Amino acid sequence: MLRFLVRRLIVALLVAATVMVLAFIMTRLSGDLAISIAGPNATQADVEAVRKAYGLDRPLVTQFFDWAGRAAMGDLGESYFFKSRVSALIGERMPVTLTLGISGLLIALLVSLPLGILAAVRENTSFDRVVQLVALLGQAMPSFWLGLLLMILFGLKLGWLPISGTDSWEGFVMPAVVLAFSAIPALTRLTRAGMIQAMGSDYIRTARAKGLSRASIILKHALRNAAIPVVAIAAVQLGFMLGGSIVIEQIFALHGVGFLAWESIAKNDFPVVQSVVLVLAVIYIGLTTLADLMNAVLDPRLRGA
Amino acid sequence: MSALLEIERLQVDFGRTSAVRGVSLTVAPGETHCLVGESGCGKSVTSLAVMNLLARGARRRADRLAFQGQDLLGLPERGMARLRGNAMAMIFQEPMTSLNPAYTIGSQMTEVLRRHKAVSQRAATERAADLLARVGITAPGMRLGQFPHQLSGGLRQRVMIAMALMCEPRLLIADEPTTALDVTVQAQILRLLAGLQRDLGLGLLLITHDLGIVARVATRVSVMYAGEVVESATTADLFANPRHPYTQGLLRCVPVPGKVRRDEPLGAIRGTVPRIGPGFEGCAFRDRCDFADASCARAVPRHAAGATHEYLCRLAPGPAKTAA
Repeated sequence: MLRFLVRRLIVALLVAATVMVLAFIMTRLSGDLAISIAGPNATQADVEAVRKAYGLDRPLVTQFFDWAGRAAMGDLGESYFFKSRVSALIGERMPVTLTLGISGLLIALLVSLPLGILAAVRENTSFDRVVQLVALLGQAMPSFWLGLLLMILFGLKLGWLPISGTDSWEGFVMPAVVLAFSAIPALTRLTRAGMIQAMGSDYIRTARAKGLSRASIILKHALRNAAIPVVAIAAVQLGFMLGGSIVIEQIFALHGVGFLAWESIAKNDFPVVQSVVLVLAVIYIGLTTLADLMNAVLDPRLRGA
Repeated sequence: MSALLEIERLQVDFGRTSAVRGVSLTVAPGETHCLVGESGCGKSVTSLAVMNLLARGARRRADRLAFQGQDLLGLPERGMARLRGNAMAMIFQEPMTSLNPAYTIGSQMTEVLRRHKAVSQRAATERAADLLARVGITAPGMRLGQFPHQLSGGLRQRVMIAMALMCEPRLLIADEPTTALDVTVQAQILRLLAGLQRDLGLGLLLITHDLGIVARVATRVSVMYAGEVVESATTADLFANPRHPYTQGLLRCVPVPGKVRRDEPLGAIRGTVPRIGPGFEGCAFRDRCDFADASCARAVPRHAAGATHEYLCRLAPGPAKTAA
């Protein structure tokens, strides 16, 4: 188990290093940074001064290691637009995004696990077909559209929930539901498929031959094995929710990391863009590593690998 | 002695296929009843029907299906679950996949005892270790903490047997328990089952297609063909005096050292087991039978060749036609 842990962490670090290189290169590919920082009215001399001041005249390799070295120590540099530390900016926006993403995932799991299990246990009944149809419709529904529909219904017509802002927990309800909705179809279908496969396996026949209760057969013996792909996908979905909540944060005016990324891209604030990409990537890597570890706990056969 | 398991005219249908057609048999305490026949003749379906473990979509009916005098046909699933793994246990053909990969041997073994009996986890673990030792597993304490993938097929089947014995069942149904194992392990497992049966006095319904196994362990044999028991007799009687052409054919397929001459070809039964739909009349074996004629398409009489020997064939009970 310890060897497995060490190996997973080494892989995670290598992926993180690769992402740093990519994040750095991509911001440089978007044009001459000195020109965009100096602004449209700058003279050639101003641009050169900016280039020198920000160290952009140095070789790319030097610039990379300078940035990467600091980033590794937690220093993400300073925002050109907000004139404050990038780490502070991200730190202040992160709670909103985390709250949104985690509540979205929890809602998604609370809906899709029971639905998937029930659909599998009642395979080919009308209940199963309705679940599958809903999953299909859910997958086809764009989240911004669903967000707007919810706002009209619950925010404007019924007035139950605020349509924007994060002043209270109520502000998170609709965006979290919309985020969850995008993850529910995949998670439901995966749970259903995994449960159907598990329920048809020989060890479930053994469990039935042992006279175990239906609850124990379904929840202890089948779900544990069916949960493995679900855990992996749930981790990826949470990653998507954290990084991909840009649209939702826009619609509901939540000032999270997604909103920050959108602002910075629009303003060519490259230290922020670079850092947001890096932070989200590191979170993503952390989540997949966590999922692998959880799966190793669920399935002892994975521990040797 | 009253029978442990009584099956009378059991019928199992899957859609338009009849997998089991009117099977009757009994298992007495301390008896090994072997159910033999080719693959696909309904042996496993019969055993699953007894345990009520048939796949969804299967229809089961019978004139009588009783365990220790208790009717199983009208027994709701809850009552059936109280018997399964407890007074009647079953082991399967596939030791590699029949244990849950996610739980330790110990957890899977103690679970069944704690489900049916009020015992502490500690006592259950001790019993599991005892049984593992009894089925010939060395270092049982270590095995209890291991996962199925860390054990070989032979060990896993021993675990399955030990697990089936956790609640001291009266009846053990073993569906080809040694088919997936190599010959040396096969012999060990059979010796083990025979020994346990002698010590514990349990009734064993052993399903196999291997007549060598039957000769060694069975007290009584039922030969199944296409969902029917075509011949039933005590082991000695069946081997000495097979009446049904199918039984005779099966016996000819087994080489007996000293009895078969080297230059003589080993027997074979041509063709395969047919699928039987509703409304089928006559003998299901007639297309493969050397003695068949037009009368075989009519209903087949059941003949007795002694007090404990029955067979299903229109051929009159006379001297056995053991060819070769």
